[in-house]
Amino acid sequence: MASEIPDNSVGLVKPLSHRFDSSITLQSGAKLPGFELVYETYGRLNEERNNAVLICHALSGHHHAAGYHTREDTKPGWWDNCIGPGKPIDTRHFYVLSLNNLGGCHGTTGPTSINPDTGEIYGPTFPTVTVKDWVQTQHMLAQTLGIDKFAAVIGGSLGGMQAMQWAIDYPDRVAHALLIACTPKLSAQNIAFNEIARFAISSDPEFYGGHYQTSGVNPERGLGLARMVGHVTYLSDDAMGARFGRELKSGDIALGQDVEFQVESYLHYQGETFSKLFDANTYILMTRALDYFDPAREFNDDLVRTLANAKAKFLVASFTSDWRFAPERSDTIVDALIAAGKDVISTTIESTFGHDSFLLPIPRYFGVIHAYMGRIARERDL
Amino acid sequence: MREDLRIIANLIKRDARVLDLGCGSGDLLEHLAHAKNILGYGIENDTDEIAACIQRGINVVEHDLNEGLQRFPDKSFDMVIMTETLQAVDSPHQLLDEMLRIGEECIVTFPNFGYWGHRVRMLTSGNVPVSQPIPHRWFDTPNIRPCTFLDFEQLCEEKDLRVVQRLVFSSSYKTGSLMKRFPNLFGAIAFYRLGRAS
Repeated sequence: MASEIPDNSVGLVKPLSHRFDSSITLQSGAKLPGFELVYETYGRLNEERNNAVLICHALSGHHHAAGYHTREDTKPGWWDNCIGPGKPIDTRHFYVLSLNNLGGCHGTTGPTSINPDTGEIYGPTFPTVTVKDWVQTQHMLAQTLGIDKFAAVIGGSLGGMQAMQWAIDYPDRVAHALLIACTPKLSAQNIAFNEIARFAISSDPEFYGGHYQTSGVNPERGLGLARMVGHVTYLSDDAMGARFGRELKSGDIALGQDVEFQVESYLHYQGETFSKLFDANTYILMTRALDYFDPAREFNDDLVRTLANAKAKFLVASFTSDWRFAPERSDTIVDALIAAGKDVISTTIESTFGHDSFLLPIPRYFGVIHAYMGRIARERDL
Repeated sequence: MREDLRIIANLIKRDARVLDLGCGSGDLLEHLAHAKNILGYGIENDTDEIAACIQRGINVVEHDLNEGLQRFPDKSFDMVIMTETLQAVDSPHQLLDEMLRIGEECIVTFPNFGYWGHRVRMLTSGNVPVSQPIPHRWFDTPNIRPCTFLDFEQLCEEKDLRVVQRLVFSSSYKTGSLMKRFPNLFGAIAFYRLGRAS
């Protein structure tokens, strides 16, 4: 990318971090003796402090949602197509906060950090973290930044679950919750795919029960395989067909070759790249957080009662070809919100790209986000 | 103000829970929110109309009425409204049942295909009528279930639906003594408030 940063980019950004020195008790009951959260902000917090927007990342996301860290970066942040001046989440109006969640591997305290109690790397001993814990720590970070109430909390997939949890846990601190490609809880099939991913990682001989870092190795094969499985579930059959069909790598069939079809080489590339950048223990931790997410559990499995105290207005968006968190799962949330008497707008976006759609600049999808955010801006005279 | 919105608002209790089937860009729901402080939701499947609802902050659910209303529980609304959409759905008779299952009452309006102007046109030109309330030609019309006051009331009787109130309007929502006496001939818009048979 480099020297020429586009006009509608938030430009060069610098990750910031905040250290919390007091210990917190997590949902599991485990205590964490202080922790650090890495985050970025885009735009400016106005005097009324009513233009803050929180972006919650999904499974493999992080704080770097928009802009570039250096002029030499080849790629901008993971949601750069949606955040920036004139983009759906318009930084001329909104102050956008994006952080790396607790347990992450991009600077926030997580399995790769040192446990101050032992002086050793946490590794697999890092406590189980839940969506509720993330929301609690996001709230702590917001307070340090002087944000009492978010104009919007926005997330796709696992990020949408955080937005939903925000509306449940901090009803007075979130005006709008945008739940994209989300679900009120994982299905058995979802959990099954996550377990395959975890088993792929733990079966890697270089995993060492999660103590790979102290052994000076990295379970790249296992993590790569986990990512390959995940990737298949993020796309749709149609999307893969359209992109790869049955194209051969060499142009002709050569029976018995290691990698014969284009889709194979694509998956291997995805797996390899990911396994070099991501931490295996964090991947296990994040998939566990997905599995455990079920806010209605505390309310006798009654999603209507779960959402009864929420005061936010909701946007719920899903994608037709998403079979990981299919539109019906979003409908469950919408129906519960209506039964609970909450304000909700619900759309199902036509898309062939599967679960991944939530990261893509699909015109109607971005139009919906743009219009919804525009309304939030108008309500606040931003 | 649009006359139809005022007429409907007069029939809605304050703070009612209202579902508007085929809500368009949300004019009715917005009016009812101001006039009667309702908690309203619209059902719509036209993406442009939904976009307009989002702009205005109208609660809208993207959903195809032809897929039914099974997702909504019994008696979950005080009033279910469907204005000038009945004639465009696959199964109006089933939808009416559904409306009265989920709502205490419902309001249904539709263009009266028995209106004298249509009859004259059929007789003189021999063409399927095209007019302001039914502006499409036969091949591209969304109005696949044309019906009249008479047809509708026969259906209500068969299905044991209680007609709480019947109003008769011109296409601009005016009313008059002639159309009140002969609705099927002089009414352009049929307006029914229905309840479940007790």
